[in-house]
Amino acid sequence: MEKQATIGKGVDTVTVLLYYALVMVGFIAIFSVEFRMGDSFVQSLLELKKNYSKQVLFIGISSLVAVFVLLTDSKFFTAIANLLYMGGILLMLLTFVIGKDISGSKSWIALGGGFNLQPAELCKVFTALALAKYLSRPETEFKTLRSHLIAFALTLGPAVLSIAQKETGLALVYFSFFLVMYREGLPAIYLIVGFSFVVLFISSIVLSFYVYAGALAFIVLIVIYYFWRQIKRNFVLLAALLLVYFAVIGFKWFVDNVVFDKVLKPYQAERVLNMFGKSYVPKSPERIALFEKEQASGKKKDYTYNVKQSKIAIGSGGFAGKGFLKGVTTQGDFVPEQHTDFIFTAIAESFGFWGSALLLGLYFFLLYRIISIAERQRSTFSRVYAYSVACILLFHIMINISMTIGLMPVIGITLPLLSYGGSSLVTFTILIFIMLRLDADRNMVLR
Amino acid sequence: MAEFNQSRQITIRLIIAIVFAIILVRLMTLQLFTSKYAKLANDQAILRKIVYPSRGIIFDRKGKAILDNVTMYDLMVTPSQVKGVDTFALCRILEIDTAEFKQRVLTAIIKNSRNRPSVFEALLSPAKYAKINENLFRFQPAFFLQERPIRSYPFKAAAHLLGYVGEVDSGMLKRSNFFYQMGDFAGRSGLESYYEKVLMGQRGIQYILRDNFNRPIGPYENGDFDTPSVAGRHLNTYIDIEVQQLAEKLMHGKVGSVVAIEPKTGGIIAMTSGPTYDPNELTGSESRKNFSRLFVDPASPLLNRGMQGVYPPGSTFKPLGALVALDEGLITPSFGYPCFGRYGPCGRPACTHSNAGHAANLSLSIANSCNSYYAHVLRMALDNKKYGNIEGGLMKWKEYMSGFGLGHRLGIDLPGEYSGYIPDTSRYNKVFRKGGWSSCTIASLGIGQGEIQATPMQMANAMCLIANRGWYYTPHFVKDIEGETKEDTILNKYRQKIAPLHIPNDYYQAVIDGMEMVVTNGTARNAAIDGYAVCAKTGTVENYFKGKKQQNHSFFVAFAPKDDPKIAICVVVENAGFGSTWAAPIASLLMEKFLNDSIAGDRRKAEIDRISNVVITPARIRYEMHRRDSIRQAKDSVQRKRIRLDSTAIGFVRSATTLPPQQPKRELPQRVNWFAILPADRFNFYTYTQPQQRTA
Repeated sequence: MEKQATIGKGVDTVTVLLYYALVMVGFIAIFSVEFRMGDSFVQSLLELKKNYSKQVLFIGISSLVAVFVLLTDSKFFTAIANLLYMGGILLMLLTFVIGKDISGSKSWIALGGGFNLQPAELCKVFTALALAKYLSRPETEFKTLRSHLIAFALTLGPAVLSIAQKETGLALVYFSFFLVMYREGLPAIYLIVGFSFVVLFISSIVLSFYVYAGALAFIVLIVIYYFWRQIKRNFVLLAALLLVYFAVIGFKWFVDNVVFDKVLKPYQAERVLNMFGKSYVPKSPERIALFEKEQASGKKKDYTYNVKQSKIAIGSGGFAGKGFLKGVTTQGDFVPEQHTDFIFTAIAESFGFWGSALLLGLYFFLLYRIISIAERQRSTFSRVYAYSVACILLFHIMINISMTIGLMPVIGITLPLLSYGGSSLVTFTILIFIMLRLDADRNMVLR
Repeated sequence: MAEFNQSRQITIRLIIAIVFAIILVRLMTLQLFTSKYAKLANDQAILRKIVYPSRGIIFDRKGKAILDNVTMYDLMVTPSQVKGVDTFALCRILEIDTAEFKQRVLTAIIKNSRNRPSVFEALLSPAKYAKINENLFRFQPAFFLQERPIRSYPFKAAAHLLGYVGEVDSGMLKRSNFFYQMGDFAGRSGLESYYEKVLMGQRGIQYILRDNFNRPIGPYENGDFDTPSVAGRHLNTYIDIEVQQLAEKLMHGKVGSVVAIEPKTGGIIAMTSGPTYDPNELTGSESRKNFSRLFVDPASPLLNRGMQGVYPPGSTFKPLGALVALDEGLITPSFGYPCFGRYGPCGRPACTHSNAGHAANLSLSIANSCNSYYAHVLRMALDNKKYGNIEGGLMKWKEYMSGFGLGHRLGIDLPGEYSGYIPDTSRYNKVFRKGGWSSCTIASLGIGQGEIQATPMQMANAMCLIANRGWYYTPHFVKDIEGETKEDTILNKYRQKIAPLHIPNDYYQAVIDGMEMVVTNGTARNAAIDGYAVCAKTGTVENYFKGKKQQNHSFFVAFAPKDDPKIAICVVVENAGFGSTWAAPIASLLMEKFLNDSIAGDRRKAEIDRISNVVITPARIRYEMHRRDSIRQAKDSVQRKRIRLDSTAIGFVRSATTLPPQQPKRELPQRVNWFAILPADRFNFYTYTQPQQRTA
């Protein structure tokens, strides 16, 4: 109980400093997006009308939350992990009933006073706790298929709900837990298969049908050549190989006709294909009708506008950048959603390559620090949790920055600690400070 | 059990490193190795706006501004904000209906997008401006008034001299080496054009930041890269705007020209071309319409006949012929020639003569305008033994003419001056073959008829030379430029005295005495001005149009006073008959106006009204007008027939539309580019082919 007198004891100072450095960078970026020459800085800060002034409030709330988290007993988290997880799932289900529609996704719950809560954000924390709790159970033997499936269900459940809420970006983040599970002994084959599907997906977009089928046939022939002896002994292998071959070709058909034409929305399909220099050609009759209607009305929206402007903003920054508040693309509001999902463009335009590289360095340092923290834990719970933090952050950073520089399709996902928004900031604060609390008690064995 | 997988942290660290490395490499290609994004960013976000300075003003010799800058207002509209505006009130003020209102807003959207302001009504009339300004708060912010400086001409005169300011065309853009830009305004003729560089000042450049809707949001970099504009400089001219106005009044209804020059400076006092127009017509909202009307007018009001009308000078040429003969020593001032009305020596009547007078000496020959005398004098000059044969004589004669300022451009400060024409040997060799012509063949040159052609400006300048006894300044309008420095070389050539001939003063005196007698007791007694010794010469010029003889041109040249010349003048009234009938009184009134600043006596004042009320339209122009009217009439009747045909055709079309044509069903091939198979004009997809015209 004497711990409460010194909450700072054992807390990793480096991580806290990195956290505040990133939050400050975020504030500067949001400020540069919204502030115009001649605005009264102090007044708008006090009136809470501008996003940057609200962000100051969010930073304050986050600091308060951080203190509360640090004041909590570590055992509390292990005790309540499952409960929180269930609560989180319930909240997400609740959004289907009382959800508020914000920019096309019904994933928000109004808190009153103009503030909204996005349960899917918070659920990342709860899932991390639940996964840690499950993997740290003494009776869990993380080698059996059964345990793997339970872990998958735990992590992918919220992902499915997120997709149902039309928050594809957040759903993707839940796949980061596979990396955590890999660390905890999940066979590498899962990751390899997953990665193979990504490669197949991309090549099915990039390659035409004949090149795709031909290239795969070539690979199959090589495999047959090298494993000829085994195959001679057992022709079932050959049959299996051919089955896989046709399944993979079927995958291309599936991607072309089902994924792009049925699963993805036209604008999503357009954005994904645009990344590879292709344009979306609808095939199903209803899509064709829709496309024709858009063409005829002459009001076809340019779904690639965001990424075009984002690339212009980043590319025009050059090495040195244009200087604080001097980015013409930023000042002219050319990049949509610049204060939230595209906040990176503001940094890249104003501070150029060195600024972006410095920011990436901060993130890189933070991730490596968290992994070091994870590895020094004595209890599995803390380690799994810390790894979850690192992997969630990694996925957020990777997806967000890649989408701004045109490496990934545009998916609504925030840049951790930088993007404007209370839900996002508070979530990441809780995420990181729970880890710091656990780390402070790393000599305790938690279950 | 977890301890067994500790090595896997390295794999995870590696994955993180690879992800960051990929992002970093991509950032490098975007930010360090691609330059197009910087350009794209500036192109879309920075507007380069040109700031136009106010143009310089042109003053007359008494310091009156003959043109001025006035501010008119354009009513601008921002279509995206129109909703909720009291449309009816605005329409009532502008006197348009709501359909027109909608049409204009639509045009504005098409032209300039919804969020950018476009012109709703250009150059509001003062009455509309007042009403809108009063009620502007009701239409804001969708509508606002924007200043637009335009030229105005308070004296409604001197249109040809001042020229007009208009939008630059593509030819001008190229010639200026793209100094001008599309939509720029520049002087297109007259002084506005000649002194464009002085009047226009220096354009400034402003860089303005704009946002994604193209709205300006402020200066770029606090305006550090902006260049301020420098206002245009004023011009002080020799023009006497009151004389100019009077000249235009007197030339009203007539075709022809008046050019008046101050001999001592070469400064042009007035220059008129009839018919003329009000320069205010070419500014303001109606300018395009007015320009095309003037452009197609058969009387060519846009032609500045003062320097672009070329005429045989007729008898007004005689003083020059006398000077040549005197200088060559062929005659003396007392030389006389029997003047029988016809010139005999060439075997056939070369110069018909309508004013059988006496030519006992030089002065009398000028006073009575003896044709035989001057035909003879010319032949003497051409057949001068000194220069061998006639070809030598003609070339020498041409040299004199060139010295008088004939046959070449004088180089006045207006663009588009004509050179006139003095024939040379090659011309005659071509027409008559070499050796096939003699001084007899071309004797009519001596009386200013035949191949010789001069502009009124050249004749007025020749009067200056005589009045000054041997020298002139190149005629010009501009006295000086406001704030003139050494770098303003444009006026230098007008400040050099030109004295190419060295004819002794006595000979000038003899000719001038003769010209004085023209007024005192010769052909132009009606040109006298009380209190001044006026020297003059009339001319009645035979002319042909498409080989058909036309009514004579009425010519008159003069200068006054005799010994201290203050004004030299040339008046041409086309197809008006004798020189003394129309041209002489016009010149006399103008000289009096300039010398005395007013016209004295009721008789003279009545004369102004009498002359200005007379309309003399040359036959060829009347014919052209008639032809144009006939064509229009014919066109109208064709149009009427067409309308009748159309009304039957409409019925035909209507019956066709009741049965929409069958669309062939389109089979869609797999994986095709949509744009490739849609018809080129997709929006017109359902129009059917026009049915064949039915023959009645």
